[in-house]
Amino acid sequence: MNALPAEPVLPAGNVIDLEKVRVTFGSDKNQVTALAETSLRITHGEFVALVGPSGCGKSTILKLVAGTLTATQGHVFVAGREVGADHVRIGMAFQNPTLLPWLNIRDNVMLPLKIVPPFKLEFAAKRKTEYRDRVEASLARVGLAGFGDKFPWQLSGGMQQRASLCRALIHDPTLLLLDEPFGALDQFTREELWEIMQNLWIEKRPTVLLVTHDLKEAAYLASRICVMQARPGRIVDDSVVPFVRPRTIDVSFQPDFVSLTQRLRERIVAARAVQETAS
Amino acid sequence: MNEQLRRRILSTTCIIGFFVAWELLCLAFHVSDIVLPRPSEILVTLWTRFPAIWPHALQTLYTTLVGFALGIVIGILLGMLIGSSRLAYDVAYPMLVGFSSIPKVAVVPIFVLWFGAGTVPAVLTAMIMCIFPIVVNVATGLAATEPELQDVMKTLRATKLEILWNVGLPRTMPYFFASLKVAATLAFVGTVISETVASNRGIGNLMMIASSSFDVPLVFAGLFILAALGVALYVVFSLIESRVTGWAVRSDNFAAGG
Repeated sequence: MNALPAEPVLPAGNVIDLEKVRVTFGSDKNQVTALAETSLRITHGEFVALVGPSGCGKSTILKLVAGTLTATQGHVFVAGREVGADHVRIGMAFQNPTLLPWLNIRDNVMLPLKIVPPFKLEFAAKRKTEYRDRVEASLARVGLAGFGDKFPWQLSGGMQQRASLCRALIHDPTLLLLDEPFGALDQFTREELWEIMQNLWIEKRPTVLLVTHDLKEAAYLASRICVMQARPGRIVDDSVVPFVRPRTIDVSFQPDFVSLTQRLRERIVAARAVQETAS
Repeated sequence: MNEQLRRRILSTTCIIGFFVAWELLCLAFHVSDIVLPRPSEILVTLWTRFPAIWPHALQTLYTTLVGFALGIVIGILLGMLIGSSRLAYDVAYPMLVGFSSIPKVAVVPIFVLWFGAGTVPAVLTAMIMCIFPIVVNVATGLAATEPELQDVMKTLRATKLEILWNVGLPRTMPYFFASLKVAATLAFVGTVISETVASNRGIGNLMMIASSSFDVPLVFAGLFILAALGVALYVVFSLIESRVTGWAVRSDNFAAGG
């Protein structure tokens, strides 16, 4: 196997930098801490998975970075700038495909090119030529060649999720946020998409933050795994995944892989036990 | 297709049956045509007096369409404002509900006072009749936009205007067209009310004059014209609707055509 160079070390700055961030919901009496004071640094080109029980604040972190949620305390930096003012290109895939029902698959995937600079500047001129080819190539890549004219409801859930991945990647994002995008798929589709995802990452090397509750998925895809614990949500473990890339699904049956997922599992179970005695 | 054809034949038969029954009942009970003219009499009146009727019909159609168009523009703008701003919602909604509860007949004299009798009050009455359903539906459609779809746009750092244009408005289209079908028929009601009260042209005026001279078949001819215009406008907007918002209906036709 041709081992890729170790995680690239970029001299200047982190792609994601959470500085003592806290998120609470509700007012004084019914206040719920979704995320206790948390710091997290992710450098360029890293593939980081966040795992943990539900309600541990995984998605909260993702939303902070995506800019759809603001922190109660602390600072969220993306590409060295505070969220909101940044110029980093973000791609995001959600647990649901969230395709726009009035657009066909091609136009859905093309959406980021219409919104995100610099692509949007030339959208009118290139939508029928260069951008269209780009979308078709991207669809072919995930096995959706020829489905551009279909509407989302004409596709199965797995196919919609593939299209959603295409949309997240079409504008070459430097930061890719994945919120359990493979969660609702069957085992085989999921493994197929893992492979596609890994190849895309090796090729383009975006920084990826993946939220998942599937440990196998985290260990297969990520180069670093952060384990989180609920109530209050916080990061309790941060470990590097050493396996060489490209990884195949066979890797997941090797002793090292199994013992890693085993160890993560124990961490989460222990975290849950603490949580239960606390509450 | 066969099933569809059968449905069509059945519904057409029932509609024709309604008029046949009307005709037969009038004949059987010797109903005077001053009370309720037979459909055949009405059609004859329509045919023989068409040259006298059609300028009025045109006037009513023209007035209604202008009022309707104004209503659509103002309705969409107000609906967008109310649907996207909390303050606008709190302020405008109670006012709108109050305003739409006022009988429009009571408003016509005010318009006449301001603009004189004739076309302008009729246009305005048609307009205010159709604004309310459009505003309510556009506002509802915007409010019903799934937050997930908005999040997709927000992560792309889309501006508010881009979100409105790419997600809010398309999402609202089914609601908007549903309201147009109601508003189209209401616009006719508005026009005719105004024509009846203060105008010397239009179907409303024609019916007023006809009923004051006990020309009941002509009154009914006017009603027939109004019904036909209303149905025509409804059909036009249904056709546009199925073109534009087929994604919300998911019919087989749309899949083939889209």
